[in-house]
Amino acid sequence: MDKRKTLFDVIGPIIVGPSSSHTAGAVRIGYLAGQIFGEIPQSVTFKLYNSFAKTGKGHGTDKGLLGGVLGMDVDNEGIKSAFDYAKKLNVEYSFEYAQDYGRHPNSVDISLVSQNNRMEISGISLGAGEVCINRINGYKFNINGDYDTIVLIYKDKPGMVYRVTALLQGHNINIATMHCDRNAKGQEASMGICIDGHLNEDVFKELEMIDEVYLIRHIEVLKK
Amino acid sequence: MTNLKDFRQVFEKAQESNKKIYQICEMNEAELSELPVEEIRKKVKVNLDAMKAAIAQGLKSQEKSMSGLCGDDCAKLLKMYDKQTSLFSKTYQKVLLYSFATIEQNLRMGKIVACPTAGSCGIVPAVILAMAEDLEANEEVQINALITAGLIGQIVSNKLALAGAVAGCQSECGVAAAMASAALVEMKNGTNEQILNAAALTLKNIMGLVCDPVAGLVEVPCVKRNAFLSIYAVTGAELALAGIKSVIPIDEIVDAMKQVGELMSPTLKESSDAGLATTKTGLEITANLAQKWQNSTQK
Repeated sequence: MDKRKTLFDVIGPIIVGPSSSHTAGAVRIGYLAGQIFGEIPQSVTFKLYNSFAKTGKGHGTDKGLLGGVLGMDVDNEGIKSAFDYAKKLNVEYSFEYAQDYGRHPNSVDISLVSQNNRMEISGISLGAGEVCINRINGYKFNINGDYDTIVLIYKDKPGMVYRVTALLQGHNINIATMHCDRNAKGQEASMGICIDGHLNEDVFKELEMIDEVYLIRHIEVLKK
Repeated sequence: MTNLKDFRQVFEKAQESNKKIYQICEMNEAELSELPVEEIRKKVKVNLDAMKAAIAQGLKSQEKSMSGLCGDDCAKLLKMYDKQTSLFSKTYQKVLLYSFATIEQNLRMGKIVACPTAGSCGIVPAVILAMAEDLEANEEVQINALITAGLIGQIVSNKLALAGAVAGCQSECGVAAAMASAALVEMKNGTNEQILNAAALTLKNIMGLVCDPVAGLVEVPCVKRNAFLSIYAVTGAELALAGIKSVIPIDEIVDAMKQVGELMSPTLKESSDAGLATTKTGLEITANLAQKWQNSTQK
């Protein structure tokens, strides 16, 4: 469904330039990936595809992605010096460039590594600053930052979707959209749940207590 | 979806209730976002202030873009402005200056307001803020003007994607110019009919403008185009204030622009596969930049 266009889609957003798709979109992809990873990584590698790879340097796509991973928002004037900021935080970073016309023109694969954590997150920039995180550790997702989102990876077994949704229902939380995926029957599966309103910390703690949930994250709605 | 479908509906709504177009827009926005009108105006003021900040910073900087292609033209204009040599007037020069200041901030990764897009961010602020100084228009008047501009963009975007990749530059700088024309008529206290005619005249005469950026960057021709179209927007306002009307109504012009956008070759829609991007010089610049960036990656 098309999103309703507001006055502030036309007068705004306030961003650092030069491009809403190649700069602001890159910042948002990086930011969401950083939130999903859940901590500042020790090292991060970005593989840029197609138009991102071809024109990314001149648009600061690289700085935007890195700045986003380090927690910067689209209007942060520090994005320009994101490389220096990463060095200050002792975050190693590198970029790779590839062509693959099977992929969206503005795609990126992000590998994040820390002491105890390693994740692969992919995103695309859809234009006008709109983005989508479409893969996490191989599972399909559709996270665009328009809602508070819960990301879960868990043991594929009967009743998991029920346990999560029943818990949300118990707190009178309405689910806006929901996407599920799995690798193989009985192994691992994933859920991406967008909710109306704000998820409070107590509900998140209850979700964390569900058995055999391997990864759970709460991604707050993006400030737009 | 916005419940303001087309310009005709906006105009009728405004006439029936004896209101200005910006009032219809702010009331609509307030209703749909469930906020009071004052909150909407506060949010518009945040954007207006960001536009002023971008101009102030842009006027001080000569820093070039990452490609090195652009970034020091505002300074050249400023020198001429200070020498008081102009073909027309100080206000004319100021429109150009503010436009360059804003779009050059954009290319050096400074903070700007996408209006409607980043690549066309130098048109609406230049026209509103340069003319506001000339007219001594206060902040409320500037906000009314910016909301008027927003309404134009919003209604056009119901039918036409505001993206060079979809409909060419007519939908980015072209729409920005129409927004600026309408804003200027509002600042001069023109009628609703004059506001829509200003936007219509401006849109009609920029139809078919292609998006053919050299090396895919928001620099050539985008920077200078922002300045050109800022002045062009003033022409639309001037004609409409004189009572000149567009023979073709604005809603039909938008339909025609959409059709032209669809008929436009994909090579001329932000893909840099034709036009200026593939001129001899355009290709040389593209090749040199590719080399420069490959070297910087290997370092």
